[in-house]
Amino acid sequence: MRVLMFGWEFPPVVSGGLGTACYGITKALTGLGNHVLFVMPRIELSRPFPLLTLISASDILNDASEIKGPFAQESSFLPSNLPFLPPSLSGPIILRPYLRAGQSGGEYLGPSDWPAESYLAAGEGYGVDLFAEVCRYGEAGGLIAARETFDVIHGHDWMTVPAGLAARQKSGKPFILHIHSLEYDRSGEEVNEGIFELERLGMEEADRIIAVSHYTKKMIVSRYGIPPEKIFVVYNAMNQREAGETCHIRRTGDDKVVLFMGRITFQKGPDYFIDAAARVLKEMPEVTFIMAGSGDMMPRMVERVAELKIGKRFHFTGFLQGPQVEEAMALADLYVMPSVSEPFGLAPLEAMMYDVPVIISRQSGVSEVLKHALKVDFWDVDELANKMIAVLKYPPLAGELVERAREELKNLRWEKAALKILEVYKV
Amino acid sequence: MTAICLYFQVHQPCRLKRYTAFDIGRDHDYEDGEENRRLLDKVAERCYLPANALLSNLICKHEGRFRVAFSISGALLDQLKAYRPDVLESFQGLGETGCVEFLNETYYHSLSFLFSRDEFRAQVSRHQRKIKELFGQDGKTFRFTELIYSNDLAREAESLGYEVILAEGVESLLGDRSPNRVYRASGIESGFGDSAGGQDGVGDGCGYDAKKEAGTGDGRIKVLLRNYRLSDDISFRFSNRDWREYPLTAEKYAHWIHSENGAATVINLFMDYETFGEHQWAETGIFPFLEELPGEILKHRDFVFATPAEIAGTVEPVASIDAPELSSWADTERDLTAWLGNAMQQDAAGTLYGLEADVKACNNSDLLDSWRKLQTSDHFYYMCTKWFADGDVHKYFNPYPSPYDAYINYMNILDDLSKQMKKEKRL
Repeated sequence: MRVLMFGWEFPPVVSGGLGTACYGITKALTGLGNHVLFVMPRIELSRPFPLLTLISASDILNDASEIKGPFAQESSFLPSNLPFLPPSLSGPIILRPYLRAGQSGGEYLGPSDWPAESYLAAGEGYGVDLFAEVCRYGEAGGLIAARETFDVIHGHDWMTVPAGLAARQKSGKPFILHIHSLEYDRSGEEVNEGIFELERLGMEEADRIIAVSHYTKKMIVSRYGIPPEKIFVVYNAMNQREAGETCHIRRTGDDKVVLFMGRITFQKGPDYFIDAAARVLKEMPEVTFIMAGSGDMMPRMVERVAELKIGKRFHFTGFLQGPQVEEAMALADLYVMPSVSEPFGLAPLEAMMYDVPVIISRQSGVSEVLKHALKVDFWDVDELANKMIAVLKYPPLAGELVERAREELKNLRWEKAALKILEVYKV
Repeated sequence: MTAICLYFQVHQPCRLKRYTAFDIGRDHDYEDGEENRRLLDKVAERCYLPANALLSNLICKHEGRFRVAFSISGALLDQLKAYRPDVLESFQGLGETGCVEFLNETYYHSLSFLFSRDEFRAQVSRHQRKIKELFGQDGKTFRFTELIYSNDLAREAESLGYEVILAEGVESLLGDRSPNRVYRASGIESGFGDSAGGQDGVGDGCGYDAKKEAGTGDGRIKVLLRNYRLSDDISFRFSNRDWREYPLTAEKYAHWIHSENGAATVINLFMDYETFGEHQWAETGIFPFLEELPGEILKHRDFVFATPAEIAGTVEPVASIDAPELSSWADTERDLTAWLGNAMQQDAAGTLYGLEADVKACNNSDLLDSWRKLQTSDHFYYMCTKWFADGDVHKYFNPYPSPYDAYINYMNILDDLSKQMKKEKRL
């Protein structure tokens, strides 16, 4: 099978779980003998494994011969029913998590209190107006569809909706939209109307939808009014190469360390982590808390820590990459993901790979697949603190969680996810 | 002549309330009184009252030829006395028929034998007195929690004056011998397990070992072994529509029993009393089955009903049972891993029994009472991770969302208890 896939990021440059998931999915699909043409806005590396072809949308658009080609007379490959994008969207809005704070050429003028390292991307950003980028990417989608042969179109999240629809219009092949995250997850009730509309359009138009969890499927049904029959749940997985190399790290020192790692945004529930930390420190004053990551809520979180007078035991590290992540995991006795709304959540699986016990919020897709993790409702700060204390105080608890998690990780394979995706292609 | 020995285990634990790290040192009341009452009422209405009424009718109808045995844990007797005296009276009414035997066990349905002989003896003696007080019977039959059995236990029961002890008819004890015989315990007086015991009567199912008769290590205490196939046909499989024998009628079941004629001295049908109306709901037809069963079995003149003590008083053992290892009636493993299989369970039990000397030195009956109630085996069962991922019978009985939650709650309570003890000591 040949798959035309529209993504937004791909390792090594990723801002979160989306790129990692796309890597796992394409690797497993190609491993099963399928060809994947993976289109992304820009390319940082070429052909990481066989049967995978990476296509750069910007190269296509910049290539004069493409534009002057047989389709040049068409003004746009975007579907005519794409909603008008409200003008408010053209400004420097906070497009969590996909907009990279362009550090190049001062293109991006964010709020003055915006941490410089927001959204981790090194090098060039995607431009000032994300919506313009999404539309340009959509045009490229149509051009690529006209040029390539494939059996199915698979897009990841709302940014690929115009591209996917344009490709379907050109080719008549089915368009499958894979939902890794929704505007409701990222922003709560304060949704960005433009993104919401694009998500809804994409899901209404798509032939089928893949949701990363039942949690997400429910939200698609209730918030977007999509009929449940066209939504298929395919869980994310763990890269087996990584899982095979489970790190057994020696932890030194007696002081216990609790780690939060992720974007410091509404969606990730950093405020609940801090409030729980304060509760824990009342009972166990020697515990250290680390908040690794960056995001729009960071300034407020620093203030909150100061207000609670727990700064001595609470550290912000900023955004961590590669070896720094490993170091933080090595230090941690406990990993906490208190997300308010998490469609899936790959981060706890990574922590489990480092033999770190995890507490996850029940409002997450990953809690549907993980049995050997402690679970709390994100808003239940007392219970979160209670469980943090228990892990730190009763070593057999951490021991049992880690031991059982190792078995559990082995079953979370991308191959399994890929087989399910292939079934969805064929429905 | 074949004796049908029906024994029902009757037990309800005192479930613990949600107890967090922040309750430690502040709240010394550990039980979830409301939930315990709710469940007690439910099981009383669904099982105890209707089943008792039915048994009472059957005893009346068969004019003494229908006989049964109960073992009612002290934990339940206390709850019945406090909240459901009507149920207690109905058990007493059954006792007055003269056709019902009440067995002895550890008062709190505990695993005490495995950790402390002193505590074990104290609980057995307390239960013995309670049974005498409520039912006017001197216990002659002993059964340990969850039908746990070993040579050591048999020796202990014999030294406490019991004539017969119950065990699971597991292959590790029987080899290829039949459970439908009366055996005697091995490894009693000599103090070392006689491995030859396991060889007894191999092949003919009713072997007899002259060496044992010479008194090289066999006890006088007799052993009745549960026929797990026939017992589980009722307690587990009765309502299973995928079972080849579904639906099970009293006539069919009696036919299976009768086909053992000549080969069986005794057929031991041991099960939870809650099988009737609670594990197998009334809608499954379990009550009409029970109602017809004695009549069907007694149609054959070679079959009688008898209680364990009656069997021990009239039937001579055919061989000895050697049990150097502990066995139980739980799960497919028939071992102790359901209660002590993982690090959390071992830690919880070890910590609990580690408090024994101190709690007994405190001379505070409230603390001692709390400590003893925490010994109920159900608390450890809730922490079992064995089959947690699959969701099964363990989950059905578990009031906690996960074994980890069970452990955390229990350890927090133990922590409070131990802090209370320390305070008491200082005074």
